[in-house]
Amino acid sequence: MITFELNEEQSMIREALQGFAAEVLAPGARAIDEAGEMPATIIQQGWDFGLIAAAIPEAYGGGGGDRSCMTNAVALEALGGGCASQAAAIMAPGQFVSALIDFGTEEQKAEHLPRFAGATPVAASLAVQESQFGFAAEAQRTTATRKGNGFVLNGEKRLVPLGDRADSFLVLARDEGGAGLGAVQAYIVPRETAGLSVETENGTQGLKPLPKGKLTLDNVELPGSARLGGDAGIDAARLISQARVGAAAVAVGLCRQATDFAIPYAKERVAFGEPIGKKQSIAFMLADMHIECETMRWMVWKAASLLEHNDPGAVKASVLAQDYVRRKAVKIADDALQIFGGHGFIRDLPLEMWLRNARTLTVLDGPVSV
Amino acid sequence: MADFRLSAIDQQILDKVVEVGESTSRHTRYYEDHEHETPPTRLEGERGFEEVFPLFGQRQPGDTPMMTFMMAVSIARGSTTGVTRGLGLAMPAGRASGLGNAALQSAGTPEQKAKWGDLFLAMSITEPNVGSDTKAIQATARLDGDEWVINGDKIFVTDGVKCDGAIVWATIDKSAGRAGIKSFLVLKGAPGFELVRQEKKLGIRSSDTAAYSFRDCRVPRDALLGGDETVPKDGGSAGYKGVMKTFNMTRPAVASGGVAKAKGAFDFARAALAEEGVEVDWTRSYNQRSAPEQRLIEMEADTEAATLSVLHAAWLNDVRKPNNLESSVCKAKGGEVCRTIPQAAMELLGGMSVSHDHLVEKFLRDGRISDIYEGTGQIQRLIIAREILGYSSEELT
Repeated sequence: MITFELNEEQSMIREALQGFAAEVLAPGARAIDEAGEMPATIIQQGWDFGLIAAAIPEAYGGGGGDRSCMTNAVALEALGGGCASQAAAIMAPGQFVSALIDFGTEEQKAEHLPRFAGATPVAASLAVQESQFGFAAEAQRTTATRKGNGFVLNGEKRLVPLGDRADSFLVLARDEGGAGLGAVQAYIVPRETAGLSVETENGTQGLKPLPKGKLTLDNVELPGSARLGGDAGIDAARLISQARVGAAAVAVGLCRQATDFAIPYAKERVAFGEPIGKKQSIAFMLADMHIECETMRWMVWKAASLLEHNDPGAVKASVLAQDYVRRKAVKIADDALQIFGGHGFIRDLPLEMWLRNARTLTVLDGPVSV
Repeated sequence: MADFRLSAIDQQILDKVVEVGESTSRHTRYYEDHEHETPPTRLEGERGFEEVFPLFGQRQPGDTPMMTFMMAVSIARGSTTGVTRGLGLAMPAGRASGLGNAALQSAGTPEQKAKWGDLFLAMSITEPNVGSDTKAIQATARLDGDEWVINGDKIFVTDGVKCDGAIVWATIDKSAGRAGIKSFLVLKGAPGFELVRQEKKLGIRSSDTAAYSFRDCRVPRDALLGGDETVPKDGGSAGYKGVMKTFNMTRPAVASGGVAKAKGAFDFARAALAEEGVEVDWTRSYNQRSAPEQRLIEMEADTEAATLSVLHAAWLNDVRKPNNLESSVCKAKGGEVCRTIPQAAMELLGGMSVSHDHLVEKFLRDGRISDIYEGTGQIQRLIIAREILGYSSEELT
């Protein structure tokens, strides 16, 4: 049945997070971006909403709610409407947790999920990106080679969210000799594992204050139990789709924020004797921004909903949503900046930050998942 | 909770709609070439919608709400290559379902509805020099005794040939702007009313388009729709607003027609290219795809986005929420993809896509109108911009 109705819980989450985004995330965004550091208080405040713990089964100490891609899409959009960097920092551990819920064996869940159910934020994340230009998730250079009952991982992972502090990583690697997404599996790698070295990485165009790390895997020996899902492994297409749609959901929030910021300015700013909003050249830009904010959201919702139901069309819907948001989000952020003219270029206003964040969200796979 | 999956029966209905719609494909080219010829009631090999209707009885209360689903049906139907017999608007409910009938139903008095409700009525607004800016129309009507005398020229009258009469816009007070505009029911055969010509068009050739002239055309006093002969001072008029409301209601349906042509062209291109070995690998990332693969993805994403905007506008109607803004959003998207997607499909297919051996070129010709009629894409953007900026139609023109 086709319906655009959110359930009661989703509506409540949306409202609460939109309030948090407007009152806490947005006002602090510029200072945090300039400093390039994520305050612990933000991560704690985000954690306090219980978004990550809610979906952990009661057996592992969690809220026992539904693990819902749709709910995550709604939450990510709402947080993204305040600040994409802070949204990503708050929700990145959800990638690790969701993947465990979706694909983990009983033993893996029992070992890892309980620590995410408490009141103290725990950092863990998904390691996808690698150093090479033209990186593609299905063409990983990081490899996993069987050795006895275990695996040996070699490779390099870059821009790993919360990499500076995460206690565990879910590392994507390609089976030695395998090709395509079908050969990609995920491995739980604790930070202290021998052969893994982690360096804090800073300096990215967008999502600048999101803590990041570079992982070097040099003959990292893992037990057989480290492979997510055990012998069954994971459906990497589904995992990657969740990350792509997650980033797209944040981008939808960002675009709505940029559009809503540009509208009052267009009514205020006078040129040639009247507000620029009364000129079709500007009014039509805003109309197009509004049109695409709406349609982007439905693309993301459809993908998230199909992913949630493990529908056969889910991966395709995710590719379509990612493609659509990739094209529209950067355009909207860029047009919002254009409406402000030179003021959009100055770092006093958030326009240039939104453009950087929109570009970053739509080229990285992740750093959050639905 | 938000859901985008169709039930088995709804999917079955859509599949059947496509099957039925394709059953007359081999006759389509003939009627493209003989555009003013009306096809017989049943063409050879034609399967009718009576195959579809019984399936509706199997729909469950939990299925997609009706108007939302009807938009999906409309998109499926319009994406086929079979013979059509006019615009969807004028078709499904039989004779008395022209756009003029919709205006009569929303703005007519009970007496007028009883008197003319069974006639097939066209809508006649556009003039040689007046299109989107409807308040600028030049046709006039003046009261002479117990009759209105209408003078003016009208063009682009959809179903203007096959209708019994038309709802004609004319001003009774040019100085009053839109407040002076009234609509009049003029029946074929009224003295001074002439059907000047039938237009030859790029596409939608099965829908006739007429030009009218009115030279001291006399109609009875009760031909004024709604019966209000006054010219309000506040700038509005119940009749004008009534007819504009008709457009708000029909916009998602018109948008669905544009999306349908995009979908038809895309489906054709995808199938044809698959036969040539070009198919999208959904597991490949952006920078690993071929250019045709990426183009197919963009075309499908754009068509899907437009589809969802239409379904959303209709769904709001189903759940009794206002959808004026969303109707314009979906009409703008439908208008966009009806142009860009058939164009892109032909680009991907290459030279043979222009040949009359195939019907893909028809999607470009048929789709093109969707960004023009019932409010151009520019008019939709004006409406959207006014709404989000909080400007009146006087403040943002």
